[in-house]
Amino acid sequence: MIENRPFLNILTHLVMIFGILMIAFPIWITFVAASHDPIRMTQVPLPLLPGDQFFVNMKNTLFGRGLSGTETAPVWLMMLNSLAMALSIAIGKIVISLLSAFAIVYFRFPFRMGFFWLIFITLMLPVEVRILPTFQVVADLGLLNSYVGLSLPLIASATATFMFRQVFLTIPDEMLESARIDGAGPMRFFWDILVPLSRTNIAALFVILFIYGWNQYLWPLLITTETDMTTIVMSIKQMLESAEQSPEWNIIMMTALLAMLPPILVVVLMQKLFVKGLTETDK
Amino acid sequence: MLKRVHFPPSLLPYLLVAPQVAITLVFFIWPASQALYQSFLIEDAFGLSTEFVWFENFLALFEDPLYVETFWRTAYFSLAVAGLSMTLALLLAAFADRVVRGATFYRTLLIWPYAIAPVLAGALWVFMFNPTLGIVAWALDALGIDWNHKLNGSQAMLLVIMAAAWKQVAYNFLFYLAAMQSIPKSVIEAAAIDGAGPLRRFWTIIFPLISPTTFFLLVVNMVYAFFDTFGIIHAVTQGGPANATTILVYKVYNDGFVGLDLGSSAAQSVILMAIVIALTVVQFRFIEKRVEY
Repeated sequence: MIENRPFLNILTHLVMIFGILMIAFPIWITFVAASHDPIRMTQVPLPLLPGDQFFVNMKNTLFGRGLSGTETAPVWLMMLNSLAMALSIAIGKIVISLLSAFAIVYFRFPFRMGFFWLIFITLMLPVEVRILPTFQVVADLGLLNSYVGLSLPLIASATATFMFRQVFLTIPDEMLESARIDGAGPMRFFWDILVPLSRTNIAALFVILFIYGWNQYLWPLLITTETDMTTIVMSIKQMLESAEQSPEWNIIMMTALLAMLPPILVVVLMQKLFVKGLTETDK
Repeated sequence: MLKRVHFPPSLLPYLLVAPQVAITLVFFIWPASQALYQSFLIEDAFGLSTEFVWFENFLALFEDPLYVETFWRTAYFSLAVAGLSMTLALLLAAFADRVVRGATFYRTLLIWPYAIAPVLAGALWVFMFNPTLGIVAWALDALGIDWNHKLNGSQAMLLVIMAAAWKQVAYNFLFYLAAMQSIPKSVIEAAAIDGAGPLRRFWTIIFPLISPTTFFLLVVNMVYAFFDTFGIIHAVTQGGPANATTILVYKVYNDGFVGLDLGSSAAQSVILMAIVIALTVVQFRFIEKRVEY
């Protein structure tokens, strides 16, 4: 602090508290809605304070039959699907990016720059702009309604490759020289030196990619037609549609809460890694 | 970009890049070239024959008042989202920068909307503004404002802008706060000794010094509003009422998967790709030579 201004100090905290209230209000409303019984959730005005049905709703949502009049998978299965998709996207991206960054930084081989630019181009082709043809490719390969189809097309990543390239470039050359003198081959060097040295970067990237994978919406929406393969994030949309007929908002909002809980926990519990990952991959 | 010391040539590097390159070719390059190819074709109504028509699909798009309207709507939407979320984030970051005790606490409470999927953000906001039940719609009604985003196009637009901006504040806040904390304290102190008050210091020192961050965030937010908001719009309005919230990405999806007009959808994808490429190039050029003072 530069100078002591009591008025400004009070204003600072007021603004911060107001900002937090504004940011948290929608989430608070969701939590409140998820803690009341269905009858209370049809009476205007809706409550602003939580009720006592939170755990009952949670049990009914996780293991119940879902909304009345709809054919959906149980929510616990959707969460498992989401987890499988998020983990395979995050781990897959990290593995293939580590390998290709290693090749590009530590080897001289024909078409090296060609490969580099090929990977770079993926940055410019988000799923949203190539949905139809990508969908056709996945359908032709018979990958609809499978975990492979859910995750594989999203795995190629230019940002992760760039980040690892950046990390490898900061590792002193002497490391490689001494490893070679000691008789280590390329893969030995990779496993015993490069991977341990980039451990925090891998962890930070994992946090970001887990959130990215968990929150995928358009892609799972297109390629899953069987209810057993739906992810929890995409199920919200179907629930909102059926809310027109049966407004069981306590169940819908509990599902929304369960859908946002894992990524929020990851962000809050691993805040340092999250901030590191965010600022490093985007710059 | 290559190490001075490296491994002797062998087959290994090809094996190492193979997975990444294979996935890129199969799921990125091939579909993108298919989109490009299809954008030059017109298929008849039954899908029996296709005809190569050069740029007819593109010309048809730009002659279609509906598409041109969507284009301007997207520009308005993304500028509104970027403007709203960046202004709020800047304000919060400027105050958070002053906080001595409890800064991490405030940060923790401000960053979590980043983790929420766009479609969930949409679900939260549509619930609050539900015309019959929603708590905010009820409060607005008590104030004499009749809220119904299912019928009123400008209210629907306002709702998706608010939901999209709400989700992005966290991200912008983190970057602004980091930028402000990296300004040397001595500069601020010197200005304070010269008698500049907090507001003046903000406008003449802090704001110019963080302008690279502002520019970077502007590009990132535009990309976000162009592409990642699909889930919000799909959950909140489905592009309605009467196309009032249909943005370019939503139209690609709608014309391709719902309307099954493959040629036109592909041409729209190609235009979107051009926009992403332009934005990426702008972003990278900026990173090469930062705005310096």
